[in-house]
Amino acid sequence: MRGITFIRQFGEVILAIAIAPLFAGWIAQCRAWMQSRSAPLVTQPYRMLRKLFSKDAALAETASPLFRITPYVLFGTMVLAAAIIPSLATDLPFARAADAIALIGLFATARVFLSLAAMDIGTGFGSMGARREMMIGFLAEPALLMVLFNASLLYGSTALPSLVDGYRAHPTIIDPSVIFAAVAFVMVLLAENARIPIDNPATHLELTMIHEAMLLEYSARHLALVEWASYLKLFNYACIGFALFVPWGIAIHGSDGGGVLALSIVALLGKLVVAGSALALIETLSAKLRIFRAPEFLAMAFLLAVLGLLVHLLLGVR
Amino acid sequence: MISALASTVVQHDLRWLLLLICAWGGIGLAGMLRQRSLLVVRVLFPLGSLTCLLVAILAGVFLASGQASQAMVLPLGLPDLPFHLRLDALSAFFLLILGVAGAGISIFSAGYFRVGEGTSPGLMGLQYHLFLASMAVVLLADDAYLFMVAWETMALSSYFLVTSQHRIPEIRRAGFLYLLIAHVGAICILLCFGVLQGGSWLFIFDAMRSATLTPLLASTAFLLALLGFGAKAGLVPMHVWLPEAHPAAPSPVSAMMSGLMLKTAVYGMLRVSFDLLHVRFWQWGVLLLALGLFSALYGAIFAAVQTDMKRLLAYSSIENVGIIFAGIGLSILFETCNLHLFAALALCAALVHSLNHALFKSLLFLTTGSVLHATKQRNLGKLGGLIRRMPWVASMALVGTLAIAGLPPLNGFVSEWLLLQSFLFTPEIPHEFVNMFVPLGAAVLALTAALAAYVMVKFYGVVFLGQPREASLADAHDANLLERLGLVWLALGCILIGVMPQLALRPASAVTRKLLGQSILPTGSIWWIAPIAPKQASYSGLIMLLGIVGVVGITFLLVRLLAHGRTRRVATWDCGYPYQNARMQDTAEGFGQPIRHMFGTFFRMERDLPAPEESSPHYRIRIEDRLWHAIYQPIARAVQWLADVVGVLQGGSLSIYLLYSFLTLIVLLVFVL
Repeated sequence: MRGITFIRQFGEVILAIAIAPLFAGWIAQCRAWMQSRSAPLVTQPYRMLRKLFSKDAALAETASPLFRITPYVLFGTMVLAAAIIPSLATDLPFARAADAIALIGLFATARVFLSLAAMDIGTGFGSMGARREMMIGFLAEPALLMVLFNASLLYGSTALPSLVDGYRAHPTIIDPSVIFAAVAFVMVLLAENARIPIDNPATHLELTMIHEAMLLEYSARHLALVEWASYLKLFNYACIGFALFVPWGIAIHGSDGGGVLALSIVALLGKLVVAGSALALIETLSAKLRIFRAPEFLAMAFLLAVLGLLVHLLLGVR
Repeated sequence: MISALASTVVQHDLRWLLLLICAWGGIGLAGMLRQRSLLVVRVLFPLGSLTCLLVAILAGVFLASGQASQAMVLPLGLPDLPFHLRLDALSAFFLLILGVAGAGISIFSAGYFRVGEGTSPGLMGLQYHLFLASMAVVLLADDAYLFMVAWETMALSSYFLVTSQHRIPEIRRAGFLYLLIAHVGAICILLCFGVLQGGSWLFIFDAMRSATLTPLLASTAFLLALLGFGAKAGLVPMHVWLPEAHPAAPSPVSAMMSGLMLKTAVYGMLRVSFDLLHVRFWQWGVLLLALGLFSALYGAIFAAVQTDMKRLLAYSSIENVGIIFAGIGLSILFETCNLHLFAALALCAALVHSLNHALFKSLLFLTTGSVLHATKQRNLGKLGGLIRRMPWVASMALVGTLAIAGLPPLNGFVSEWLLLQSFLFTPEIPHEFVNMFVPLGAAVLALTAALAAYVMVKFYGVVFLGQPREASLADAHDANLLERLGLVWLALGCILIGVMPQLALRPASAVTRKLLGQSILPTGSIWWIAPIAPKQASYSGLIMLLGIVGVVGITFLLVRLLAHGRTRRVATWDCGYPYQNARMQDTAEGFGQPIRHMFGTFFRMERDLPAPEESSPHYRIRIEDRLWHAIYQPIARAVQWLADVVGVLQGGSLSIYLLYSFLTLIVLLVFVL
């Protein structure tokens, strides 16, 4: 019995690593369609990864060991996060290692490592990107925490598997606070994953970039790992969102069997397709904000989450 | 045999501790024999470190044994006022902190102190060990008299340590400010004990425990304790001495003050509010919570704009003390609402954070000491790239940086996670509106933690990463062996508590059992901790560490196997502009810019912007604390005015003074008759 859960855990991680680039490719494709451009192949991210892995790494002379291990650490944290988030099933041996708050901490670890690596070379862009990234980080975290507070109020837990189980046990309850929390979560997701309106992953326009500015000195296999880690981060955020707000199809405790698992894979893919096109739509419809409008954007996310909390407390549901 | 020995040790824990405290005194005095000899320092400080270690072991053994308390009366002191000592779980926990962190700081100091830097090494050793011993006595004192004597010894010995380079005027000024605020705080504590005795005029803590105070008196005592211990701990607005005293003091002394002395204030607050006053009103908790959270945010924001590395760490201490006090406040709030389990959780978070802060803040202050010795620079604008020159110090500082930034799998995250977990239960508080506003405190805490990460990225990035901003940095040398030993000890502590939080949670639970009669479930297994229930939330630093290390290892091997590992070293990409130099890197000021922009209302800023046509443009910015101008300067002016008014009495002629005595005598006679 325990063997099966470990195999399932392993399969989930492999699936996450495998399809995270596809999710990013799907968003890029949807964006191109919506903007009436000819779309790259949906498998374009894989091609890029392959190309990067086969190149020679060009490492700046001033790079320290910290710079070289950071891509591995980033990839490691994101894979670990994928192992903890219940994207297919809730009965995961790793899930106990972290509740949702500890997951935020894990993402913060990755962010700090990337920022430090960006400062390591000592170029203007790198440290500018690092400081902006850390700024977005401290603006986003309170909002994200309030979203989790909402979830914890509803189901008495911050452990994602318990939340999914709790939701599935009472699927009929629709609390208005959830809507506020969901909007806030999407806003945080956009900010944390360097999407429009906070950052534009497609630009290298020097003065506006955040995430890309930190990667300027990376090349070849190091860049491949960093890119893969950011695909995984987006995928992980999407899966946290699914677990919090639309946990349909995730195999819950005690429901084993091939059929359930197959269903959960289909459900995950379906949700990813919908979420990807929705993200592309948001990115198409909005323009990038000036960097000092970012606090307003994230303050709004925070206030929405707080509003959800107050609505919940005032209505006194459950 | 060993168990028999252990049991005799346990029964006489307090005696052994007293012996060790005397040993500190002896070590300090021994240093006076050969004041200028560095050899003495190299021998005595390791001995002091060993004593610290023994103190930590004794305290740990006491906590593990589960005894209630051990008391002792020393026939010293004034007639009819003997000294009372008592060892209970609360004092043992803080002795544990003192011992564990003190051992690392002492062994570092053995390699750090030099001849010719201010006070002679031998005298420094005396002050240093007296400081350690007085802190231990503060923790063990069981009557107000001994407590105040030890408290004052602590303040004075640390004052002399701070002003060891007293020939520099700024250092004298910083020392004076510290001494002044320490004494204002001490007066408040003295008055607090005066209220606590409740008419019995007995100053033994036992008498205070059983005294019945009216609500007004109890609240007065609580507020006086908050003022007194808050001044020592550096709560806003009594924080102004911290950013002055820490840069002035030698680095191991900063580490001791920030890592250990601030914790004696936390201890005092816990002793008075939980043990002596038996937490009575929920308003106390709300006050402490609000003050703590405000301090935390305030400290983090100010840390982000500092350009002196030790001032930055001093403000970060204010932030961490704020977090600890917020935890205590939350615990009082829960306890008064009869939510005992949650009170234990919040208190546990505060206690574990005290331990964690002692470890990582000492570690970071010590690394600044090594940097200071290697480069003679405290100014962040003149450092950079030290990871290549000082790999040992840089890697230990990285551990401290990640820990203080509250990142898993290190120890800072554990306590912040526990505190956030306890915030999750605040909606259950049975007071309207309180249960709606207090959850927002969790957001403030999250903001503070994330700001702390920002601050530490700035600290580490500007000091150790990038390119050296000055040519002289090329001569920087790494720490010596004893210094490395101290750094590694503290860094190991950070990692160990991060991956095995049970090590800190078990002793902390002993304290909550003593103070609240309740403790959280520390663990399900060695793998993970689940403070309330596994379904509720669980965390495992060990799995996180193993998971990250495992995936990194596998990925590394796979990349090596499947992709080729060819690497070329090339020049940094310069965007086609080849005239870049190290001064064009982002500076500490630059890193503070978003914070100045967003939190401008907190600062009093003066900025000189260069005009566009200037041939040698200069950009100057001066950032000051608004509270300094809003609170301290009016007080200083009022005191000056009062002194001027009273000064009129001081005519200088003897006959007038005789007249005063005569008039006083008459008034007194009228009053008595």
